[in-house]
Amino acid sequence: MNRPVATRTAYRDHLIQLMRTDPRVVCVDTDTGLFAGADFGPAAERYLNLGIAEQNAMGVAAGLAASGWRPYVNTMAAFAASRAVESVKIDIAYNGLPVCVVATHGGVAAGHLGPTHHALEDLAVMRTLPNMTVLVPGDAAATVSLLEQVRHRSGPAYVRLGRKATQPLPRTDGEPVVGELQQMRSGDDVVIVATGPLPTLRSLAAADALHHHEDIHVSVVQAHTLKPFDPAALLHTVLTARLVVTVEEHWRTGGLGSTVAEVLADACGPPLVRLGFPDGFGHTPGTQEQLLDAVGLTAAGIADHIRRALRTDRRRTTV
Amino acid sequence: MARPDVREAAEHPLEPTAAGRADLEAVSHRIRHHIVDMCATPEGGHLGGSMSAADILAVLYFSVLRVDPARPHHPDRDIFLLSKGHAAIALYATLAERGFLPVAELGGFGTRRGRLMGHPVTAVPGVELPTGSLGHGLSLGIGFAMAARWAGSRRRTFVLLGDGELQEGSCWEAVMAGAGHGVDNLVAIVDRNGLQLAGETDQVCPAGPPAERWRAFGWEVREVDGHDHAAVSDALARTPWVPGRPSVVIAHTVKGRGLPFLAGKPAGHYVTLSEENRQRAHRILDIGARRGGRA
Repeated sequence: MNRPVATRTAYRDHLIQLMRTDPRVVCVDTDTGLFAGADFGPAAERYLNLGIAEQNAMGVAAGLAASGWRPYVNTMAAFAASRAVESVKIDIAYNGLPVCVVATHGGVAAGHLGPTHHALEDLAVMRTLPNMTVLVPGDAAATVSLLEQVRHRSGPAYVRLGRKATQPLPRTDGEPVVGELQQMRSGDDVVIVATGPLPTLRSLAAADALHHHEDIHVSVVQAHTLKPFDPAALLHTVLTARLVVTVEEHWRTGGLGSTVAEVLADACGPPLVRLGFPDGFGHTPGTQEQLLDAVGLTAAGIADHIRRALRTDRRRTTV
Repeated sequence: MARPDVREAAEHPLEPTAAGRADLEAVSHRIRHHIVDMCATPEGGHLGGSMSAADILAVLYFSVLRVDPARPHHPDRDIFLLSKGHAAIALYATLAERGFLPVAELGGFGTRRGRLMGHPVTAVPGVELPTGSLGHGLSLGIGFAMAARWAGSRRRTFVLLGDGELQEGSCWEAVMAGAGHGVDNLVAIVDRNGLQLAGETDQVCPAGPPAERWRAFGWEVREVDGHDHAAVSDALARTPWVPGRPSVVIAHTVKGRGLPFLAGKPAGHYVTLSEENRQRAHRILDIGARRGGRA
């Protein structure tokens, strides 16, 4: 699968197949337009479009899950993680029910629609909920792989997807595994921990540039799972590095950067630079790529941050 | 169609108990006594809305619901959700009377000695899902009801809501979905006591008669005296009243019913009863029972 495919397209195709093959699976939709009942053929009865009513969708999904079904709630990240979050918390997470909340348009994937449709808090919100598995697949293939793993787990999951097609990530030795960090590239000086398709792709490009031009060796680790997060694996990867950098399509507060900071704080790890969206709402429209560019989440921007941080790495220079 | 939640059901059919009217009066009376006692624990309790719901719960658990205390997770049981979770003490009292938990356990309400929290928790046998953040129960009920439809189960789902609770917008998301999807194995009951914490519901948030609103959304509506066991029982005995449409009973009740010094008063919403008032309340309930249950 080398052509660009949207993670939400991969999910769509996967769920249509799943509905036909797994009789426990139910699709609860919120008038997103991603599905039509006819897509599911003989399983169309188990497709429920509940309209523009995300709180109700979460509650209905919880009732279904408590009765033995496996609901997939289809909505947009901005509504799953803020509009409906109390229903996610109480109806789903509190009860540990196997509801898969699949949230498209994560981050600024709906960039042109503005902050009402941006989800830059969703990872922070979801990872604070007990029992919740929080996933950000890096590409279409990972989406299918991670969704398939979630299907065989108990408990709820939040799966953050995008909107438009993105390039597939480079192949690694193994498949992404829920709860594990995925090493995308090796290097001894700096470790970038990235989550999401574009942050990971741009981090890889930044690492290449630093290696070729300045002989700085950069690891890139993909955190497709924010929860459960593996502190031991992170520390094993970063403890000998001079610098750790997180890159995410999320406000700098509460998401991947905060997750990594919590781990490093407990272990007195290396210095950390958290790259993400500053504390504020965007005031100009743009594509997802343009909005990432505007806050410096480009390959060049990530590389610049690393150069600057290494120059001011006081802990290293006093050793 | 798979039936993931229905196993062995045919071999173990469930039927409601056939309590007579006198029995229901006695059950309601005992439930009210338990409510008073739980409101005399250190943290107190939601007395008013529990007393208003006591008769409805007695009817549900003693003449309507197909449940089995010995098998609280029986796959073909009817589902009950107390969406107005503030009335948890009324539910605990009812479950105890029905045999889901020891009556003595009610004494541990709200304390570290027990598992009975101020809103229903699933640690208590018979509680299906936690509720009490208002506006959740009807959505959950739709999920249970749709699941039963797909499983080919005869299970019905009952959801008890408060009239103040209907101020939560999520209720109306569920009202629309229930009618829009023709969920006719779902029955809502509105405990229409007309009061909420700060005063009269119609003054805090004027919304008009609930029956008209539910009817406008496509539900089959009946209005009853929520303290008339026979009327409530008759309304709930055979649903749906119209195939393809969900049912709602607007049950007119008195908040704090049974205790004239608190009945119909916002002050009765949440109380911590002193030992003196606990005993006074018990005496008043007993006198009321001898006079035929009128308060």
